[in-house]
Amino acid sequence: MPLKSIVVTAIIAFAAGLVFASFAGYELFIPGLLEGTWITIKITLGGALLAVVAAFIAALAKMYGPAPIRWLATCYIEVFRGTSALVQLFWLFFVLPQLGVTLSPMMSAILALGLNIGAYGAEVVRGGINGVSRDQWEATIALNMSRPLALRRIILPQAFIAMIPPWGNLFIELLKSTSLVSLITISDLTFRAQQMNQATFRTLEIFTLVLLIYLGISLLITFGMRALERIATGGIVRGRAS
Amino acid sequence: MFWDWEYAFEVLPVLAGASIITIQATVLGFILALVLGLIFAIMRMSRNRAISGATTAVVEFIRSTPLLIQIFFIYFVLPEFGIVLDAFLAGTLALGIHYATYCSEVYRAGIEAIPRGQWEAATALNLSPTTTFRDIIIPQAIPPVVPALGNYLVALFKETPLLSAIAVLELMQTAKILGSQNFRYIEPITLVGGFFLIFSLIASAANRYAERRLSTIGKR
Amino acid sequence: MVRFSGVTKRYGDLTVLDNLDLDVAPQEKVAIIGPSGSGKTTVLRMLMTLERIDDGVIYVDGRPLTHMESNGGLVRANEKYLRSVRGDIGMVFQHFNLFPHMTVLRNCTEAPINVLGLPKAQAEERAVELLELVGLGDKLGEYPQRLSGGQKQRVAIARALAMRPKVMLFDEVTSALDPELVGEVLNAIRMLGKQFQLTMLMVTHQMGFAKEFADRVCFFYEGKIHEEGPPEQIFNAPERERTQQFLSAVLEAG
Ligand SMILES: Nc1ncnc2c1ncn2[C@@H]1O[C@H](COP(=O)(O)OP(=O)(O)O)[C@@H](O)[C@H]1O
Ligand SMILES: [Mg+2]
Repeated sequence: MPLKSIVVTAIIAFAAGLVFASFAGYELFIPGLLEGTWITIKITLGGALLAVVAAFIAALAKMYGPAPIRWLATCYIEVFRGTSALVQLFWLFFVLPQLGVTLSPMMSAILALGLNIGAYGAEVVRGGINGVSRDQWEATIALNMSRPLALRRIILPQAFIAMIPPWGNLFIELLKSTSLVSLITISDLTFRAQQMNQATFRTLEIFTLVLLIYLGISLLITFGMRALERIATGGIVRGRAS
Repeated sequence: MFWDWEYAFEVLPVLAGASIITIQATVLGFILALVLGLIFAIMRMSRNRAISGATTAVVEFIRSTPLLIQIFFIYFVLPEFGIVLDAFLAGTLALGIHYATYCSEVYRAGIEAIPRGQWEAATALNLSPTTTFRDIIIPQAIPPVVPALGNYLVALFKETPLLSAIAVLELMQTAKILGSQNFRYIEPITLVGGFFLIFSLIASAANRYAERRLSTIGKR
Repeated sequence: MVRFSGVTKRYGDLTVLDNLDLDVAPQEKVAIIGPSGSGKTTVLRMLMTLERIDDGVIYVDGRPLTHMESNGGLVRANEKYLRSVRGDIGMVFQHFNLFPHMTVLRNCTEAPINVLGLPKAQAEERAVELLELVGLGDKLGEYPQRLSGGQKQRVAIARALAMRPKVMLFDEVTSALDPELVGEVLNAIRMLGKQFQLTMLMVTHQMGFAKEFADRVCFFYEGKIHEEGPPEQIFNAPERERTQQFLSAVLEAG
């Protein structure tokens, strides 16, 4: 989405939010929704951190690991991409305790959502690394660099830039999937919306407001990733091998 | 023993029955997504700035917010306007609308990949914009994006468990009920996971096959 | 210094290098010429260990490059051994292959610091020296994207030299450049030929430069050295028909 339309959307969202909040008797909703928003943000941040770590480990293991590790990484990626996020969440929340491992709901949430997005992220990382041209690898060989050194200093920094936009999309998918945690008793934004809906029956106002809050966080993520991309490229159009 | 085969075989037929609902929601939702997605894509390319701008805003809004809330919205809010849908319809509608926004991006990429020459040739033949779209552009734009659409079919399929939140008796809801009745979640939920895994793997394989076929056709 | 002994390279059914023998003395400057597809690039890439060898052995400074001695016989070299021999070799590529995310200076210090283990200050001092030598003392903080092709190629030369190789390989280093930028790169090569005691193998289409600079010219044809000799002989009195044809075609083209 071009920057201009982001700004336009943000302004419309903000204005609409204000209108709704004012005639909906916002003092009734705002505190609860804000608490829910904070929990949503915490899960998003925790999940994002886990996703990035899991994605890099899985991608590097799949690309450069010895056979058993490669196999393990492939399993992780396929299982978490192949089953649905809600199934994973419920599995951690309902099944794991019956196998003798009880995690807090918050732990289950971050673990399930982080690992789920991490599996998709692994493919992004792999794509980014494969996207760096062969010429760059050859230059590192001509300079007698070891493969780990070449990967760390030459290949990954270039791959990193190409990975930023797809990671932005994944973080938004992660944010969206955090709403599932309301189904395992965590009082996130979605949970609060449900709760207040049952208490006040101001259905339209509550769900509209909540959608706008999610939109706001999404736009923040988009802005953040744009900024990161600008910093990473240092203002110069690079990424192309020269 | 963690895994109880006897219980697993007991719940399997029930889950198989519920999977019909899951598949129905997937198919209906995806058809809606395909049709609505194309409409979104064409509206976004409209020369009228108001239409294209508004469509862009709506599409981005739907894409940036959680499907679960959208399901709640359709299920709980529409009745306030006198539109009462049963849970299955409300959920399927939400799935379809949500994924229509993804499909519209795919169509758009397909349409934008059509060389300018095709548009110019259509103009030279004095075809109307509607005919140009229907007979020249769309037939060329869609085949190359079939694999991308296929990916979203799989993605939509994997989000059908969200319908359990409004008590649609699809796979996940059924598994949860079985679990709470028998105080044993291990088998039903794991089986549901296995079901999704198998179908996703098959679908991705089919999709890769389609992609290969398409790329060989393209080379001819 | 460098010796190819019965080296063969195939891609599928295509034999690109056919039982090649080539001996290069220390500090000798060898120009490799020949039609496109004759295997010139492949020779350099084999020596840089960018390609696997199918048959034969390459020796660098008397040590087998792609094989190592084990129980009295030669076996295919492992990564560790490869890295210990290929430190003697540096290469400059047709398309520069600079690191786009690093400044000119860091392009030239990255490997010396992390591979040779030089202290940063020392590596930088040496890199600045080399960059000044190729006329880029004022571009240290620039990113490659902002340089002209000729400047990029001179950075690439400095970067390779910073690893203190004994053998330098140049693969059509001026082919990707606009004509007016060729001279500055050739000057840089001339200069380092004088300043350093390097063995050089260069694939080139600059016949004038080859004539003036090389000690020996090898004409490649279909994966073999078809004719070789001192430049005067190859350029003024080529003996074989293919060589004559190739040279007249190149001269006609300008
Ligand atoms: N990676 C490769 N796979 C298949 N064939 C190759 C590959 N690299 C080079 N070749 C072939 O090997 C032959 C020699 O290539 P090269 O050494 O690059 O020729 P030159 O540099 O003399 O133009 C050419 O016919 C080329 O097509
Ligand atoms: Mg070549």
